[in-house]
Amino acid sequence: MVGCPALEGAAVIARRTVRWLDERTASAPYLRKALRYLFPDHWSFLLGEVALYAFLVLVATGIYLTFFFVDSTKEVVYHGGYAPLNGQRMSEAYASVVHLSFGVRAGLLLRQTHHWAANVFIAAIVLHLLRVFFTGAYRKPRELTYWLGVTMLTLALLEAYVGYSLVDDLMSGMGLVIGYSVGLALPFFGENLMNWLFGGMFPGSEQLWPRMYIAHVLIFPILIGLLLGAHLLLVAMRHHTQFRQRRAQTERTIVGVPAWPGQAPRSLGLMVGTAGVLFLLGGLVQINPVWLWGPFHTYSSTNGAQPDWYLGWLIGGLRLMPSFDLTIAGYTLVPNPFWGGAAFPLVVFGFLYLWPWLERRFTGDEAFHNLLDRPRDAPARTGIGIAMVSWVVLVFFAGASDRVFVTFGLSYTGQIWAYRILVWVLPVLFGLVAWRICKELQASESVVHERHEAEAEARLARIQS
Amino acid sequence: MRAVLTIACLAAAGLLAAGPAAAASGTPKKPLAAYGYHLYGEYCLSCHGANAGGRGGVAPSLHGVGALAADFYLRTGYMPLRHLGMQPRREPVFLSEHQIRALVAYVASFGGPPIPTPKPEIGDVSRGLSLFTEHCAGCHQVVAQGGVVTGALPPALVNATPLQVAQAVRIGPYVMPRFTQHDLSNRQLDSIIRYVELTKNPDRPGGWGLGFLGPVPEGLVTWFLAIPALIVLCLLLGRRLR
Amino acid sequence: MPALPAPGAENVSRIRNAIVSALVLLVGRGRRRPKPEDARIVPAQPAHPAAELAVLALLGLSSLCALGFILVYAFADSLSNATQFLGAALGLALLFLAAALIVVGLKLVPSEEVAGEYPPHEHPYEQQVIAEVLDESGTRFTRSRFFKLGLLGAGGTLGLAILAPAVSFGPLFRVGDFLRTPWRRGRRLVDEHGEPYKASDIAEKNFYLAFPEGVNDEGKEEMAASLVVIRLKPDQLRLPSHLKGYDAHGILAYSRICTHAGCAITLYRAPLFQPDEPKPALVCPCHYSTFDPAAGGTVTFGPAGRDLPLLPVYEDSSGHLRAKGNFDGPVGPSWWGVRLWKAQP
Repeated sequence: MVGCPALEGAAVIARRTVRWLDERTASAPYLRKALRYLFPDHWSFLLGEVALYAFLVLVATGIYLTFFFVDSTKEVVYHGGYAPLNGQRMSEAYASVVHLSFGVRAGLLLRQTHHWAANVFIAAIVLHLLRVFFTGAYRKPRELTYWLGVTMLTLALLEAYVGYSLVDDLMSGMGLVIGYSVGLALPFFGENLMNWLFGGMFPGSEQLWPRMYIAHVLIFPILIGLLLGAHLLLVAMRHHTQFRQRRAQTERTIVGVPAWPGQAPRSLGLMVGTAGVLFLLGGLVQINPVWLWGPFHTYSSTNGAQPDWYLGWLIGGLRLMPSFDLTIAGYTLVPNPFWGGAAFPLVVFGFLYLWPWLERRFTGDEAFHNLLDRPRDAPARTGIGIAMVSWVVLVFFAGASDRVFVTFGLSYTGQIWAYRILVWVLPVLFGLVAWRICKELQASESVVHERHEAEAEARLARIQS
Repeated sequence: MRAVLTIACLAAAGLLAAGPAAAASGTPKKPLAAYGYHLYGEYCLSCHGANAGGRGGVAPSLHGVGALAADFYLRTGYMPLRHLGMQPRREPVFLSEHQIRALVAYVASFGGPPIPTPKPEIGDVSRGLSLFTEHCAGCHQVVAQGGVVTGALPPALVNATPLQVAQAVRIGPYVMPRFTQHDLSNRQLDSIIRYVELTKNPDRPGGWGLGFLGPVPEGLVTWFLAIPALIVLCLLLGRRLR
Repeated sequence: MPALPAPGAENVSRIRNAIVSALVLLVGRGRRRPKPEDARIVPAQPAHPAAELAVLALLGLSSLCALGFILVYAFADSLSNATQFLGAALGLALLFLAAALIVVGLKLVPSEEVAGEYPPHEHPYEQQVIAEVLDESGTRFTRSRFFKLGLLGAGGTLGLAILAPAVSFGPLFRVGDFLRTPWRRGRRLVDEHGEPYKASDIAEKNFYLAFPEGVNDEGKEEMAASLVVIRLKPDQLRLPSHLKGYDAHGILAYSRICTHAGCAITLYRAPLFQPDEPKPALVCPCHYSTFDPAAGGTVTFGPAGRDLPLLPVYEDSSGHLRAKGNFDGPVGPSWWGVRLWKAQP
């Protein structure tokens, strides 16, 4: 075997390829670093990757969808495979989606996979954000990476909203007018902004739909892609953070799995696995069956209309507000939807953006951090984080209280009144409880540590005696 | 002379007043309706009053509601109402078929529309969807999964028979609007009923229907099915090597 | 002495070697003699034939599923539940492939835990050089402040100029859009098919969709066009003084668009028997803003901050319903001037 020119030739080909590349791109040093780049080993570090792979599935399925979608609100009469819509007037956009779902092979599979991927994309980002927050990964020197990530979350939310609004079905159309109203509610410049954006009062001009379409298929994806590239580059340049799992792991020394050959099959496996889960869902679980809702008209609506889950926190905010517009001398300074639809997310995202700076101010911690905290190691951060999360989640639940009424019979008005109080009281409570638990866990660790020390001393004394 | 006239007027008035009451009061002549009168005394009299004339502030008069309403309320179990002021709900019906027919016959003896005969099979399902969206979806949800109104619960229509849909539309029970033949012709009603029949088993080309409620169950699937599966994947991959 | 190979034979053997090498690269090399341990970068670890078999099996299953997808796709038109089969086939193909890769990653690839160095916190020397270069390159400027101002001015104004065409996106400063309605005095109320409503068409305990006569499909989508028309008993009405006379013997024509966030009001709570049952109310299905039609559209529950606009209507000589004028306020969700102006035709 050895010495056979053909077999050794295989190694030669690999070597020759690398040489060819290096001669033309000077990339061997980078390739070498990249091959042995270290990935600290913890399952929660893979959540960001799941989001990345969901994004890839979105782009791939999205490209397919662009070949069938028609971005026009011109009215047509439907004659196609779905009987209950026959003869009805609808926009070309809606008709094209119904046609894709019923008249194109694998069309429904790709449409559904695309929508499931959007849901999973944002869920994975949220989980990744929670991991980053509760382990303090956003601290110096990674604030920039963190801000890029929060911005990508904002863009992802907007992109998804525009995406499902493009279908122009009854439910998403209701969601679009609500978004428009929140825009109108921005003090001072709201109505000018929305007039400008929509090309006139709702339902807007003929250019609205092509604009939404270009935003969804070109502008947002490019922005997200660029930020994503910068985000990954920064992670690579500063190297990934790590837990203090082994004694060898310190602020200076990183211990992990090299990109090649260790991490590569795992990451590839995660990518293919994520795509597999998404396609499985796309084929087996129905999502956004727009043919059931019917086309959108401004004079139509349905009960039980909800936005996708990642905007459900906003519908909760909108529903909880008591009835008032803030007026001064006849000027409607702050219309009602502002609070639940704009102020609430502004506060939440403001908190997210400002948090690294706030934490630095209050703890005085200006140090470099490559090591992660466990949640219990930073009780104040964990408590405040839990309080914020429970605030958002409680408002989210409030938004689903109508379905709770229908399913369990709990009075809707009663729930709203209860939530109006609970969303302020419970987060404080949960934050304090979380803080307390962290403190207790820390204390129990020192107890365990002391006990181990005492046992070791006792053993030593026995040996010596 | 004046006294005679007064007595005559009074007598005439008395006769006029007693006339309709005389016709309805007492046991009806037909045996079914007579049995119904008997049952009425047992189950309905306390709220709906003597001669089904109603009691102000308690329960409406049943004059003119007809077999259409009586049949609806009795077969759904909406009546008898558990307690005053509550929204009627579907309850198990403890009356026998014969008893229901008897009560219906009794109420029908006070006049009113007969039990309708809807024909959903000649309705047009597309017309039905657009009519349902315009008149019904605001409360009952566009796929008839039920919904919320401040202070009431428009039910899902999965248990409503075509006849009951036709009846409810014409009655407008509790706070539901009432659609007369002028508002919705029988033909239009047939189309609506045909659509309602479809909503009991909507097309599911995409797979598991999730109750046809939209984004709420879809979010639940995302967080309780997809994300746990992916977390399991991460746990498999991220565990320690040695 | 062996004969020298023919001149062309050298090329042939080179080509043959290349082909064999490529095939071998694709198919596999067989067992090689391992290098001595200390010369290796990636550690040697024992083989795992069972895992290799598992990977091969998983790859085989994945290929079968992928082929299955192609088959199902070919016959999709004659299959019911085609989407489910397609999704299952493709999903399983990917999951089997993922499983194969995972087994490779966990069992077949040398498992390593390598220690390395985090990059330094900063690079003071390079920072110094950069700072110096920037500082020294500006020494020829004597009026640096003016240049900074000039650059700022040029850049700023140029930026504004580039952004200026974006103003044509849509109308700015045109508040009239929000006030205009298609309703004028005398305009008849019609249904969705253009049939005019008579007062006798409007029954109690029901709600009706109405538009201005003559409006086309596009016009119907305007927020100020659609109405929800109901009839109450005149003695049930408690209209405030500025809305007195807006009804036509108890017929009320409200704007159909909720003043909270613009959804269509398609819920009418119409009691059959009072006082046991809740009072009449117009409710919006989005956030359950509840309006009292008897009191002029005041908000009794929910987040809407403004009363529902009411269109004054009257019954003409032929019994048809006509608008008496315009709404008592602008239609739709609130904005900063919504309480300053009246709706205009």
